[in-house]
Amino acid sequence: MDTTTDRSGDVRLTGISRTYGSFTAVHPLDLTVPQGSFFALLGASGCGKTTTLRMIAGLEEPTAGTVRLGDRDVTALPPHKRPVNTVFQSYALFPHLDIFENVAFGLRRRGIKSVKKQVEEMLELVQLGEQARKKPHQLSGGQQQRVAVARALINHPQVLLLDEPLGALDLKLRRQMQLELKRIQTEVGITFIHVTHDQEEAMTMADTVAVMNAGRVEQLGPPADLYENPRTTFVANFLGTSNLIEAEADATSGDDVLLKAGACTLALPRARCSAPTAAGGRVLVGIRPEKISLTHADESAGIPAGRNRVTGRIAATSYIGVSTQYVVDSPVCPAFQVYAQNIDRDPRLVPGAEVVAHWNPAHTFGLDAAQDIGAGVAEAGVPQAAEEALA
Amino acid sequence: MTALTGAPPSPTPATPPTPAAPGKKPPRARGRLTPYWLLLPGILWLLVFFLMPMVYQASTSVQTGSLEEGYEVTWHFATYWDALSEYWPQFSRSVLYAGSATALCLLLGYPLAYLIAFRAGRWRGLILILVIAPFFTSFLIRTLAWKTILADGGPVVGALNTLHVLDVTSWLGITAGERVLATPLAVVCGLTYNFLPFMILPLYTSLERIDGRLHEAAGDLYASPFTTFRKVTLPLSMPGVVSGTLLTFIPASGDYVNADLLGSTDTRMIGNVIQTQFLRILDYPTAAALSFLLMAAILVMVSLYIRRSGTEDLV
Amino acid sequence: MSFATSFVRRLRRHLVVLAGLLTLGYLLLPNVIVTVFSFNDPKGRFNYEWQGFSADAWRDPCGVSGLCDSLAVSLQIAAWATLGATVLGTMTAFALARYRFRARGAVNSLIFLPMAMPEAVMAASLLTLFLNLGAELGFWTILIAHIMFCLSFVVVAVKARVLSMDPRLEEAARDLYAGPLQTFRRVTLPITAPGIAAGALLAFALSFDDFIITNFTAGSTVTFPMFVWGSAQRGTPVQINVVGTAMFAVAVLFVLAGTAVANRRRKQQA
Repeated sequence: MDTTTDRSGDVRLTGISRTYGSFTAVHPLDLTVPQGSFFALLGASGCGKTTTLRMIAGLEEPTAGTVRLGDRDVTALPPHKRPVNTVFQSYALFPHLDIFENVAFGLRRRGIKSVKKQVEEMLELVQLGEQARKKPHQLSGGQQQRVAVARALINHPQVLLLDEPLGALDLKLRRQMQLELKRIQTEVGITFIHVTHDQEEAMTMADTVAVMNAGRVEQLGPPADLYENPRTTFVANFLGTSNLIEAEADATSGDDVLLKAGACTLALPRARCSAPTAAGGRVLVGIRPEKISLTHADESAGIPAGRNRVTGRIAATSYIGVSTQYVVDSPVCPAFQVYAQNIDRDPRLVPGAEVVAHWNPAHTFGLDAAQDIGAGVAEAGVPQAAEEALA
Repeated sequence: MTALTGAPPSPTPATPPTPAAPGKKPPRARGRLTPYWLLLPGILWLLVFFLMPMVYQASTSVQTGSLEEGYEVTWHFATYWDALSEYWPQFSRSVLYAGSATALCLLLGYPLAYLIAFRAGRWRGLILILVIAPFFTSFLIRTLAWKTILADGGPVVGALNTLHVLDVTSWLGITAGERVLATPLAVVCGLTYNFLPFMILPLYTSLERIDGRLHEAAGDLYASPFTTFRKVTLPLSMPGVVSGTLLTFIPASGDYVNADLLGSTDTRMIGNVIQTQFLRILDYPTAAALSFLLMAAILVMVSLYIRRSGTEDLV
Repeated sequence: MSFATSFVRRLRRHLVVLAGLLTLGYLLLPNVIVTVFSFNDPKGRFNYEWQGFSADAWRDPCGVSGLCDSLAVSLQIAAWATLGATVLGTMTAFALARYRFRARGAVNSLIFLPMAMPEAVMAASLLTLFLNLGAELGFWTILIAHIMFCLSFVVVAVKARVLSMDPRLEEAARDLYAGPLQTFRRVTLPITAPGIAAGALLAFALSFDDFIITNFTAGSTVTFPMFVWGSAQRGTPVQINVVGTAMFAVAVLFVLAGTAVANRRRKQQA
């Protein structure tokens, strides 16, 4: 391969786009993935994330724009001439070749004769040394997945592309493989670009996540940043759950903006608001359900001052072990969600009970009210099985 | 499919080529022509040796002349009228025999296809092999074997005679006295035998696709086994019935081997006439006209079928 | 009474099995006759009636003049026709399975029609063509005709296999540094090979066994089916049954061995 400089593994997409007839799969997109990072493209099916990945691999031709690896423009290179390898969805292992030959495939195509040592080392890395002479269908899903990774990594690509690499595995195995992939990435230090629709997968593995929707990147950043401070309703709803309250900017108090929603006044740190906050401006006030505490209305006097409060009546509860999820019917938000840890549960918190939901204003975020308040809800709700059926 | 339409097979230099100017597309004209290059030899072959002969045949059918003086296109459509009126019995006999054989194939083939699809268990593979295996022996040899089976005074004819079946069939005019050979019954019997696998295999394919749980569901919903068959199995196997019928009827209607080996001059079918006209009498216009009529009849059937299922299902 | 009812019930339950097995018997009876009569010792010219046991024909299968020559001609034609039809058919199948192009419907129809046309019609029209072109009937005209009618069957078999192949496999090969030619040789061809083999086998069987079209295009060349046809008029030697029985046995053994290997492989994997 090329002499490795620090930036040779950078992937830079400039104004890249892809249209099929009148359908635009990817709108012009600028994206830089720094060398050595674990980058995730997260989105629902049909959002353009796989098309973006395939354009980097060379399997799809961009309608416009360029793909650069380090300083090299590879836009016109066919896939077999790009120093980029892919772990395909459902692996695409060659059924007629055994595991050894699957892993050796890339080396042999580049004319390397003595592949034995390298292949054996690579199989050890993914803990499949014993299976070298088996055929792909004789392996379990998790083992096949590791072969797919080994087959790509053995070529020391500048960038490894992973297209829903864990989609076909069951939940437990997926967890295990997430850690495994993360370990391998740290070990080999190659740039990983990972496409997934599973927000949990993206957040546990990636340093940087780009949330895509309808052919555009909605927001890009470290997972915690995306979760704690979403900039659009799509990100707020697609990544986890958010309570969004329509409110109107009223006044300011220090670094906080004070907003009125019905009878409530809510405080919001100005730095955490992506919408204009002039008085009278409309803002969607967001708060994650697990940041909220519930107190029975009878005890509301005991709530410390300075916290945001919303009053309402419990409409439904569901006990899910680690927490209890409450749906509170509030005048400012019809289905206000609250997740409470199951410690010191107040037995009076049952459907019908009048409650006050309150939280530290520092956790509040503000979004532009011009957006669709429900964006991303449906996409996040698509169960994986249904999505695979669609694919 | 978009993924595979590209990949122009350009010569691959050892060193990576210089990157193209941004936004400039690599040439794809060669990739776009690939399907046509792939198609060219096969399609050319079929055009020259399948379609062109049909055109020649059509032109021959409207020629007049003689073998000695040569033929000329004179748009003599009367040949069709003459051929049709002269060989009308053979035409209608072809339809009748092929139709009876097709019906018999359906009647005999359906239980076997059903047996393989639902009741055979671990014998399924073996029975399928046994259905296909006769293909490996020359069909002429197997057809000749029917001469032995249906021989005069043989056990089959003897049994039919004892059971007075032959009295009935003779009264119906499909056998003659105590003979089965050289009668319509023998010809239909041979046709049925020869084309039975063409009925069984498509039937089996469509039956095999039916989810066995549908039978249980029908039973659960108060359907008797017979009702289940009539309301669930049969409708779902209709594609197999349709293609099996076509695959049986078409070759049977043009066949002349069974009528020749197992029949008599009274059981000649249109295939026999075409064969004799072409190979013995050398009356090419009449033979071409007959062949063209047969083709037209088949084409009408096939196009009705295409209208039902579209061209993609054909191949 | 109850015995009778239960008997009727069991009969009804297994009626379909009984009917199916009867059909199977109907299908296999001629093969039994062919085999049994390969050991016949006929008195006259025709081998239609059982006279007595004799293995003479098995000892001397080529003892009838022309029989083994016709077999050789048939094998030659079948081999070349298989090669031609498989190459042309495979190319056509790839074009149909992989590309969108204009006149797709027309191409599909052109491939379907030979399979839907009575052989007598194709045979008669081909003869018209050859007569008009003044071609000499014989080996080459038979070969041309056989490639023509085998082609469509190869297309069907190969196309099904190509369509069932995961397109990602080829993408994976290209991603792993295989150029277009290497991708075809190392991935596409090995994976579609069973379909191509099935098509080739079918083409061989069809060509080897064809009589109707060969009869029109053969001139004075005698293939094995032509030989059988001729002997049906002049007298059927026992050797014909020997050849038929041997072919049947070889084919069945071939298939059984194939399934046995496949079964063992499946068991090993389990």
